Amino acid sequence: MLPEAAAWLIIGLPLLAGVFSIAVLRPWKRSLWQYAGYAAIAGTGAAFVLSLIAVNGAMGNGDAGYEPHTWFAVGALGAQDGFQMTVGIFLDPLSAIMAAVVSGVSTVVQVFSLGYMRKDADDASGEWSDYPRYFAYMSLFTASMLGLVLAYNLIQLFVFWELVGLFSYLLIGFWYHRPAAAAAAKKAFIVTRIGDFGFMLGILYLFLHRGEFAALGLNPFEIPAILEAAPMLSAGVATWAALGLFAGAAGKSAQFPLHTWLPDAMEGPTPVSSLIHAATMVAAGVFLVARLFGLFEESAAAMNTVAIIGGVTAVFAAAMGLASNDIKRVLAFSTVSQLGYMFLALGVGAPGVAMFHLFNHAFFKCLLFLGAGSVHHSVHTFDMRYMGGLRRWMPITYMTTLVGGLSLAGIFPLAGFWSKDEILSTAWSGAHAASGGVSQLVFWLALAAAFMTAFYVFRLIIMSFHGDFRGGIDSVPHEERIPDEAHHHVHQHESPRVMTLPLIVLAVFAVGSGFVANSLVDLGPVPAHWFSHLLHEDAPDFNIVIALTSTVVAVAGIGLAVLVYGTRSVSFDGVGRLWRWGHRLLVERFFMDALYEDLIVRRALYRGLFLVSDWVDRRIVDGMADLAGWLGRNSGRAIAQLQTGHIQVYGVGVSMGAAVILIFYLMQR
Amino acid sequence: MLERLLIISAILFCIGLYGVLSRKHIIAVIMSVEIMFNAVNVALVAFSRYTVPAGLRLSGAGTDAERFVLEGQTLAVFVIVVAAAEVALGLALIIALARRRDTVHISDLSTLRR
Amino acid sequence: MAFDNIFSEIVFWTLAVVTIGSAALVVHLRSIFRAALMLVVSFLGIAGLFAMVNAEFLAVVQVLVYGGGIAVLVIFAVMMTRDVDTGNVSTAVQPVALMMGAALLAALAYSIVQAEWTVLPDSLPGPIATVFVETPTQLGRLLLSDYVLAFEVAGVLLLAAVIGALSLVRERTDA
Repeated sequence: MLPEAAAWLIIGLPLLAGVFSIAVLRPWKRSLWQYAGYAAIAGTGAAFVLSLIAVNGAMGNGDAGYEPHTWFAVGALGAQDGFQMTVGIFLDPLSAIMAAVVSGVSTVVQVFSLGYMRKDADDASGEWSDYPRYFAYMSLFTASMLGLVLAYNLIQLFVFWELVGLFSYLLIGFWYHRPAAAAAAKKAFIVTRIGDFGFMLGILYLFLHRGEFAALGLNPFEIPAILEAAPMLSAGVATWAALGLFAGAAGKSAQFPLHTWLPDAMEGPTPVSSLIHAATMVAAGVFLVARLFGLFEESAAAMNTVAIIGGVTAVFAAAMGLASNDIKRVLAFSTVSQLGYMFLALGVGAPGVAMFHLFNHAFFKCLLFLGAGSVHHSVHTFDMRYMGGLRRWMPITYMTTLVGGLSLAGIFPLAGFWSKDEILSTAWSGAHAASGGVSQLVFWLALAAAFMTAFYVFRLIIMSFHGDFRGGIDSVPHEERIPDEAHHHVHQHESPRVMTLPLIVLAVFAVGSGFVANSLVDLGPVPAHWFSHLLHEDAPDFNIVIALTSTVVAVAGIGLAVLVYGTRSVSFDGVGRLWRWGHRLLVERFFMDALYEDLIVRRALYRGLFLVSDWVDRRIVDGMADLAGWLGRNSGRAIAQLQTGHIQVYGVGVSMGAAVILIFYLMQR
Repeated sequence: MLERLLIISAILFCIGLYGVLSRKHIIAVIMSVEIMFNAVNVALVAFSRYTVPAGLRLSGAGTDAERFVLEGQTLAVFVIVVAAAEVALGLALIIALARRRDTVHISDLSTLRR
Repeated sequence: MAFDNIFSEIVFWTLAVVTIGSAALVVHLRSIFRAALMLVVSFLGIAGLFAMVNAEFLAVVQVLVYGGGIAVLVIFAVMMTRDVDTGNVSTAVQPVALMMGAALLAALAYSIVQAEWTVLPDSLPGPIATVFVETPTQLGRLLLSDYVLAFEVAGVLLLAAVIGALSLVRERTDA
């Protein structure tokens, strides 16, 4: 079992590495800060090792018994009105696995970044560079995410949750001099903040009902206490608290209708997208729901909401992925869609399955993003219309991306297949679910999403790696280029080994993480259903019909993509007006961005609310300030009239005061 | 007897105060201040003579009775010393002022206003 | 000296009236020179009062310092300035000042009358009577023992006052 201090070090080491990079290395000479990447990798890698030890420990005896530490207490302990603020580490199998995935993926991404960000180090002019800043943010982001995962207390979790939001803001806006990046960072921050508001309301709602917790002798903020008290709470409490928390989760995990920030977040460096998408920020929402699953489970309404939002998002985002030409945007929509899958699994009552999918998804999505980064390293654009034929000089990138794509599509026996199949069969059987009808509904949604997923990921692979090369950055019209990259040219070579090695490692995981971690049969060192049992869950039964169905659907999607984009034997041109309208709908992302930015922000806020508050600010708030100033100035002027400069007038005042004091004194007696 | 002297002292003090506050000529003001000093001295001497000194036991008083009995008179001596110094300086100031500003009227001296 | 006979009463009241009357004239007379003379009369009256309450030494000092030194200084100053005959007019705050003085006097008088003083008995106890007989000796001893610090500081103060006064009235050769 890991000692508690070591558990804290899982958070502390990346934190230390980040602070060291930005506060010690960055202000130093170039000769030192170029090692910032190694410092970050060392910190995160050490956290990864500790997390693995924690997983190993968690396999033995379930929950780690770290007592929380009291930070401060208000009122008497256990009193009806008092409460205790505690901090601590909650290291159960769920958080141990999550911590291992987060730190592991982060380590791989940082190794990849050594190569990808090399350019920023070489381009640096003068003593200062963005290079150490990048690794500092990466480390601090990882530390925040690990803190979120290991939090014992909901408030503690919320603090790290917001820190994750902050560092995602800084990372997405890493190239802050690009207007698009700055706008995307702001958008990510603000949209997730909307969800976080719900999160905060959920916490407050629990706090309002602290009396019920106090009656049970529990603390309303401690996660184990919430899980323990959930079945005993009065009706409605669980529902509203769960819905509030789910709002936060939906914001962070980019679920409909708060998904708009994620595609824009592609403006950050590609490894950042990879990290945010694979295991960290967006997975935080799934993790939160899984963490507090006991609370959600008590409310059928909350479960149905989670399931339906998840299912709708899975289809909705996959549909948008069909029509995008930006390789990273396709992957972004794919992430949203896959997160929808996870929420769907949570909603039908299988947190273990959701976590399993999160676990597998972390590897193949990270792999796909890093593959996109590797592609960009060569052609300096993300637009698939200008790629094609890359497999000729990027064999490793091609092969690993293909593995990732197959895994994402859910082809036997790759990782994605196993978890997707578990989700589908759980939804179909509805065994765990609070309500069967919703479960069946989301099954069909998930199946539709599976088809689209297979289609768009092979559209991506075929457009970028097959066919003839269409020129890369050299063909991109100048007005479409990002200013920073306008002077770049295509280099027809494979990426350096520091970038391909992470790809290979991740590809191995993308192949194996599925059937090794949650195998149907005993594999010797790994027992059958290791992952499920680690999370104290029964593995869903393997349903051969559903497995075949999903495979057929996926293969059909791949086949259609090959026919349309590979052999060009099928064309959508003939589908006519309906297709064109639908295409427009997809390209415009169902007009959600337009709705938010134009209707809500520009019309309702700028022209409505803000005008009113501007008027109030100018007239009433400023008016009061002006009035205070006017009063001060004029009363001062009035009093200044007393300052005659004639000393005898002052003397009269002094003696008058003395007389008044004396008279008062005599009257008191 | 004590009350009489104190009343006289109070009357002198108030006359002095009135003079300080109402006279225009600086020398008159200085003279009024002197009257106030003297009023205080009268009160001190009266206290010294007629009140029971704190700390002194009437019966079997020690040989250092003067320490208590003469406190007021000693203080009056110092008041006189300070008054003398004040008058010397004050009058010197008035003469310097009369030379520089060519005035001896307090109402002309209102530079404190700005 | 007890006030048990009519002679003492007459002397006391005369001194009181002279002192207060001349003090009132100091602030009332328009001629600053006459006011200064009235001031001397008031000082001498106070010296008389001192003499009547066993403060003979102070009475002498009063005559010497006030009636002599300070009076001479004031008169010199009066002669070195102008507007001597008509200068002692009132300022605009005179009515207020009068009210202030009256109010303060009323308050003081009330507090003096209604206060309960612990007064020495008419026949003084032996040691105290002894002190009042040899006041100058005892004062001198006190000034050089208990009050020696204040005494020395007072000396420095006087020196500073003299030097200050000299430097203030010095005619500047370069001006």
